[in-house]
Amino acid sequence: MGKVAFWQGNEALAMGALAAGCRFFGGYPITPSTEIAEKMAEELPKLDGRFIQMEDEISAIAATIGASIAGSKALTATSGPGFSLKQENLGLAYEAEIPIVVVDVMRGGPSTGLPTKAGQQDVMQARWGTHGDHGTIAYAPSSVEECYTMAIEAFNAAEKYRQPVLIMSDAEIGHMREKIEIPDPEDIRISNRKKPTVEMDKFVPYKADPEDDIPPMASFGDGYRWHVTGLTHNDWGFPTNNADEIEKKMTRLMRKIDRFRDDIVRYDTESVEDADILVVSYGSVARSSSRAVKDARARGMKVGHFRPITLWPFPDKELEKLARKVKTIIVPELNCGQMVLEVERAVHGKSRVIPMELVNGDLFHPKDILEKISQEVR
Amino acid sequence: MPSKEVYSWLRTRFFPHMWCPGCGHGIIMHSLFRALVDLKKDQSNTVIASGIGCSSRMPGYIDACTLHTTHGRSLGFATGIKMVKPEMTVIDVMGDGDCSAIGGNHFIHACRRNIDITAIVMNNNIYGMTGGQASPTTPGGALATTAPYGAVDPTFDLCRLAEGAGATFVARSTIANPKQAEKYIVDGIKHKGFSVVEIISSCHTQFGRKNNRRTPISNIEFLKSATVTKEKAKDMSPEELYGKIVVGEFVNKTAAEYTEQYLAMTKKVREG
Repeated sequence: MGKVAFWQGNEALAMGALAAGCRFFGGYPITPSTEIAEKMAEELPKLDGRFIQMEDEISAIAATIGASIAGSKALTATSGPGFSLKQENLGLAYEAEIPIVVVDVMRGGPSTGLPTKAGQQDVMQARWGTHGDHGTIAYAPSSVEECYTMAIEAFNAAEKYRQPVLIMSDAEIGHMREKIEIPDPEDIRISNRKKPTVEMDKFVPYKADPEDDIPPMASFGDGYRWHVTGLTHNDWGFPTNNADEIEKKMTRLMRKIDRFRDDIVRYDTESVEDADILVVSYGSVARSSSRAVKDARARGMKVGHFRPITLWPFPDKELEKLARKVKTIIVPELNCGQMVLEVERAVHGKSRVIPMELVNGDLFHPKDILEKISQEVR
Repeated sequence: MPSKEVYSWLRTRFFPHMWCPGCGHGIIMHSLFRALVDLKKDQSNTVIASGIGCSSRMPGYIDACTLHTTHGRSLGFATGIKMVKPEMTVIDVMGDGDCSAIGGNHFIHACRRNIDITAIVMNNNIYGMTGGQASPTTPGGALATTAPYGAVDPTFDLCRLAEGAGATFVARSTIANPKQAEKYIVDGIKHKGFSVVEIISSCHTQFGRKNNRRTPISNIEFLKSATVTKEKAKDMSPEELYGKIVVGEFVNKTAAEYTEQYLAMTKKVREG
């Protein structure tokens, strides 16, 4: 086993990104994500990496995408309002298939909202924030240790599937300190983007391998010349208005995530085998739920917990399987019912779904969730 | 027709281009091609970035490492590339709205940062691609679809804006003097630091149609008659200078370049 550290979630996320091979950070300070930028500013020069504080969130993600095009694994981090600003260029990264990792340390909203209090109100923005259709990969950490390992996983997914990957953390996880065990570097699996192997004049920049729908990506400055654009483009990367080419591009963009859905989706379960009631929660809320489930079990109630680790793609198939066995599903969230809609969609009416909303800046106390469980048992 | 020595830089696969026949932007592209050939730049180590608008389609026609980004944001993308690969030549082509409206914040900060990128601003005083709306450089009183009774907004002097924000090389020319435009592009690329080369272009289709400059040639004639050199302008009164285009090299100074400073800092950190 590796070393032990006592880190904050944001710090662990930065260190995990570095362990994944991230060597560029483009940022703009915003609470409660700022410690990620601060840590990267401190650590990147030591590794011959590059940190740049840009003039705003828009240029911060622009620089991050540029760095990735130039061959670097690149990260940007922000919170709600900054995440809104980044959406425009995030869309370009989906369209042009540029791997980057974007962290949103969620706070309450809308607008400036609650800068120092946790929220989960950006869940739908993560899925549909930018205009246009695209597949989304978004993770939600529930512990400091997971911030570290998830940063590695997010970079691996971004590199493998050649697109932006989101980490939807929250103020509670970002600012909490916990003991974590840092894996040895040799125990960490690192994925890197596929590079072209053909000669420059044979290189067709968006010609995808039929095996995985992912085109190899050359870096600017490595001898290959190609065109990056946010316009819908053909295999050559050139803008197109041809219906067949447009359709080919769009279906591939969606398909490359659909076909690897089972490899991407991650979730966690606790005491679900004989459960009659299921609590579904993620991020910091999952910690309260987990406590509540333990306390309920100690009182003899048959309760389990299902935690989506990837918010997108949502673990719907896996949840549906459990929904066939349980009577009730309780969904506590720090928003007015964003993910509960996905839960309802996934379970197809097979069990009763009860939302639990909290948007007053507080966190769910395990007692509140236990109370709700007890009501359902009665 | 482009001169033969620039053929190797043409991405003929991408042609025909989408500019209107007689568009001023073609002259600027030719000047840029000639500058790149003059400087013997390596196509695989040259980046041409752009935002959105007529100007922004230029990188597609150039056989180099090219990117067409979002409206006004190209300097951010170019900055990320330059930070990772400082050895690459990075050129950012932008339109007047791209540079000074939506991208105004990015433009002034690139000037302040003094990162070694050459910004070529193709100023045709109008939003051409979206159909002729007013831009921050549309002259006062000029007609545009969003200024049907004449533009009320004061216009931006992009060179003075760049100078004030700290750009270390600033020059202006027009498409009526392509050799001068080419020279400033060469000087801007050679210059270590952030360079701004503003080239006054023309849009006879969208601007000229409403403002009595309906043909490409009438625009060239206008630019020739309105151009005043920096030297000559020194002795002219504000009234005499009204509506004139002052051309010349306005700033050429040495200052620490951003990536060099950053790399020197990281070296110091690593060596303890």
